[in-house]
Amino acid sequence: MSAPLPTPPEPPPVRDDEAWERLYLERTWAPKKGLIGWLSEVHHTEIGKRYIITAFVFFLLGGIEALLMRWQLSGPEKQVMGPDLYNQVFTMHGSTMMFLFAVPMMEGVGLYLVPLMIGTRNAAFPRLNAFGYWTYLIGGLLLYGGFLLNVGPDAGWFSYVPLAGPQYSPGKRVDIWAQMITFTELAGLAGAVNLIVTVFKHRAPGMSLNRMPLFVWAMLVKSFMVVFAMPAVMVASTSLAMDRLIGTHFFNAAEGGDALLWQHLFWFFGHPEVYIIFIPALGMLSSILAVFTRRQVFGYLPVVLSMVSIGFIGFGLWVHHMFATGLPQLGQSFFTAASLMVALPSGVQIFCWLATLWGGRLWLKLPLYWVLAFFAVFVTGGLTGVMLGTYSVDQQVHDTHFVVAHFHYVLIGGAVFPLFGGLYYWFPKITGRMLGERLGKWNFWTFFLGFNLTFFPLHFLGMMGMPRRVYTYGVERGWQPLNLLATVGAVIMAVSITLLLVNIFWSLKRGEVAGNDPWGADTLEWGTTSPPPSYNFLHLPTVRGRYARWTAAEDQPVVTGVRSDRKEVLVTRLLDAAPDHRAELPGPTLWPLWVALATGVMFIMVIFTPWGIVVGGVLLFITLTGWFWPRPPYKEELAPEQPS
Amino acid sequence: MKRLPIVLWLCTGCGGGLRMLDARGPHVERLRSLWDLLFLISAVVLTAVVLAMLGALLRRRGGSKAQVPEVEAHSVPPDGAGARPVDPARERRMGRVVGLCAGLTVAVLFVITVANASTGAALARLRSPEALEIQVVGHQWWWEFRVQDPDPSRILVTANELHVPVGRPVILKLNSRDVIHSFWVPELTNKRDLIPGQQNTLELQADRPGTFFGQCYEFCGIQHAKMGFVVVAESPEQFEAWRNHQLQPAPQPTAPMAQRGQQVFLQGPCALCHAISGTGAAASTGPNLTHVASRSTLAAGALPFDRGHLAGWILNSQSLKPGNNMPALTLPPDDLQALLVYLESLK
Repeated sequence: MSAPLPTPPEPPPVRDDEAWERLYLERTWAPKKGLIGWLSEVHHTEIGKRYIITAFVFFLLGGIEALLMRWQLSGPEKQVMGPDLYNQVFTMHGSTMMFLFAVPMMEGVGLYLVPLMIGTRNAAFPRLNAFGYWTYLIGGLLLYGGFLLNVGPDAGWFSYVPLAGPQYSPGKRVDIWAQMITFTELAGLAGAVNLIVTVFKHRAPGMSLNRMPLFVWAMLVKSFMVVFAMPAVMVASTSLAMDRLIGTHFFNAAEGGDALLWQHLFWFFGHPEVYIIFIPALGMLSSILAVFTRRQVFGYLPVVLSMVSIGFIGFGLWVHHMFATGLPQLGQSFFTAASLMVALPSGVQIFCWLATLWGGRLWLKLPLYWVLAFFAVFVTGGLTGVMLGTYSVDQQVHDTHFVVAHFHYVLIGGAVFPLFGGLYYWFPKITGRMLGERLGKWNFWTFFLGFNLTFFPLHFLGMMGMPRRVYTYGVERGWQPLNLLATVGAVIMAVSITLLLVNIFWSLKRGEVAGNDPWGADTLEWGTTSPPPSYNFLHLPTVRGRYARWTAAEDQPVVTGVRSDRKEVLVTRLLDAAPDHRAELPGPTLWPLWVALATGVMFIMVIFTPWGIVVGGVLLFITLTGWFWPRPPYKEELAPEQPS
Repeated sequence: MKRLPIVLWLCTGCGGGLRMLDARGPHVERLRSLWDLLFLISAVVLTAVVLAMLGALLRRRGGSKAQVPEVEAHSVPPDGAGARPVDPARERRMGRVVGLCAGLTVAVLFVITVANASTGAALARLRSPEALEIQVVGHQWWWEFRVQDPDPSRILVTANELHVPVGRPVILKLNSRDVIHSFWVPELTNKRDLIPGQQNTLELQADRPGTFFGQCYEFCGIQHAKMGFVVVAESPEQFEAWRNHQLQPAPQPTAPMAQRGQQVFLQGPCALCHAISGTGAAASTGPNLTHVASRSTLAAGALPFDRGHLAGWILNSQSLKPGNNMPALTLPPDDLQALLVYLESLK
């Protein structure tokens, strides 16, 4: 296509005038107004916030489901729920926490922070960003809509076939689960591609790869893992959907399929998934540690290499979820060794952080509380992880409550503790106000106590033989006292989360005003206002060292020559972040929403009829054509009045 | 590390013991020593990390409430805004400690890998050609056991209660008729899945007589929670007696009540799913009932075997184990009584 573009009008004369610059930027980047404006938003801070809030709502829903389960299990033969509802509730809990909370939450935090941390004005693909969010939202609503209509999935969050196959799970429950997976994976991929390109091409001049904040490294590694892991589960969930809907036999042993194939495909995604959740948390930990030990993180290179190697090794140990399926001895030994190997980079991280703690002066504020608790909690989970990675032991405790204890220590310890630390740390940046200290301390201590009270006893219950995923147990098993203890712990955790919510809502209105940089922090997002304006930075920053703001010169130069009357950003080179060219980013539009809705129609309709492909295909064709219809890169020249 | 106080407290104070550590056979004994090693390592590592963290916490504090403390970062020439350079000598010292810890991690992981593989090899050496072969077939939500014998007429089919001779290795051949299940008796063995279209094996051996509860450990549908079984380990003589008795067809009822009960069984819906050898009933959808009254439990370990539970189970199994595959039956009271008498006679 070489149709001549209209020649752009002459740029306005350059003026060295901050107010004038600000006015231009505000007009250029201003979101549209009203409901249409809200629906057509494509700025990364808005999309990031939506991800975070939506994921937090799902976290609360998943938490309520957890409370229901703990209530049911607080005593033997309790009748809070029947087995049918209980099985739906635990499936919903697992699916919600993994697919609708943990991954999108990390995605959202990354999308919010990364463009700010690397000093640019928006993510590389703003519309793809919006599309990802809408897709994720539709997937989540589908799952909960199904649950409310009593077609909530009930085959567990990893939906093992043949149980999840057409013969043993008739009805639409598992179909809804499989399509929800497809939705959220699509959203995950959209976010990951976006982050990778943003990180590689939009960094501030001077922020070479070896000066990137550790958080950005974490998000980069995580995004690459998403790109490689998600296709496996999409193949799996699509094959399952085809087995269920159009009579294929991928997983049907009686027709030459293989039940274990599902487990391989699922865990080839499922194990990296854990690191997809955990690695962003590593980034948060590093950010918080640097600021609250008042020094650089010890061992930048080993920490980065650890994250990268976790990213690689994470793909080589999925089989340790399948040690009980009857593998050959050699295979078991191989995957045991691979599983143990991941303890080395994880260990190096922990040692580097401990060295950071020893080498710094601790500034004991709330974000650091959560990080310190992380050490105790996560290491406990990591050590039980070594036990579970060891096939001889795994073949004992596999699928017991010991495993439930283990992965809650790892996931809550490794992701939720850092996330809450991150919440206390970045809340001032996102909202402009500090979270309350007093309530914050209550929140922390009740959560720490409640968490350990809930999950520590589960180790013992597993060793006593209590299986996972049972809706009840007999009184003669002797599992009641510890179960009751765990339920008490869960209630304390619920109280803690309530305190957090109170703190958030109170602080939004009354919290202490934060200012640009309440923590004296190192990364670039603290160099702009809190909350950041729609254009992120008045002057795009440059960088001359790791820990950008700590190493900045008094007269650190800023980027000039990027037009402020268009949505222009600076594109830099991958390795050294030297300026390369300017690029114009697209503005607000409704098309991503329409495409997401068309995708939604297709995925949901195919649950009921194969015609969904046809209908959805036509709708997608129309909406994608609209999205990609060539338009001039700008609409009209903005010529604001010169401020008086 | 054999018994930590907390473990003791849990064993004595809280009813159920830590069954996994209570080895009753050579397999679990070997697994137990590996467990002890891993537990010891974990306890040491966790203590060390928490102490290191607390040590740092107590050691140096910076910053008061009023101000943001100054920072140390890499030496960027003197105009670096506020950041003091880090002390290179201290960084080198810390680097050595971190390197040492990483080296120790490698060593410990190596020890664990070797210990694990040698445990696996030790378990494999316990395999014996003399082993008694028992086929285990998983069904939603009950267990079928077939004690194998070279003589096909001596293959014993029973359900939900397995007897094994003390001191003799047993090899289980595991398979499933429907979905994936998993077999585990914590005191006697490790765990293995029952997968349709695949035959897995698992060895166990009981060194002392005893009765052990096992159940399904892979989520298998609505009644996964109530898919239990009982393993009775007994002396070889008792085992042979049990086996010979179970191989016999069900005794023909003599009392009129029991005879009527048999008619109810054979003419009613029961015989569509259940088998009682010696009668015409030979269906294999549900558990084999030839010697049902010799078992201690009902409904796959869910209920004790007695007349009250049996009656409840027949009339309304769905309220006792919702979702299970046995339909509710409506029987006139007399027929029910006769059926109960008959079933209870199937010792």
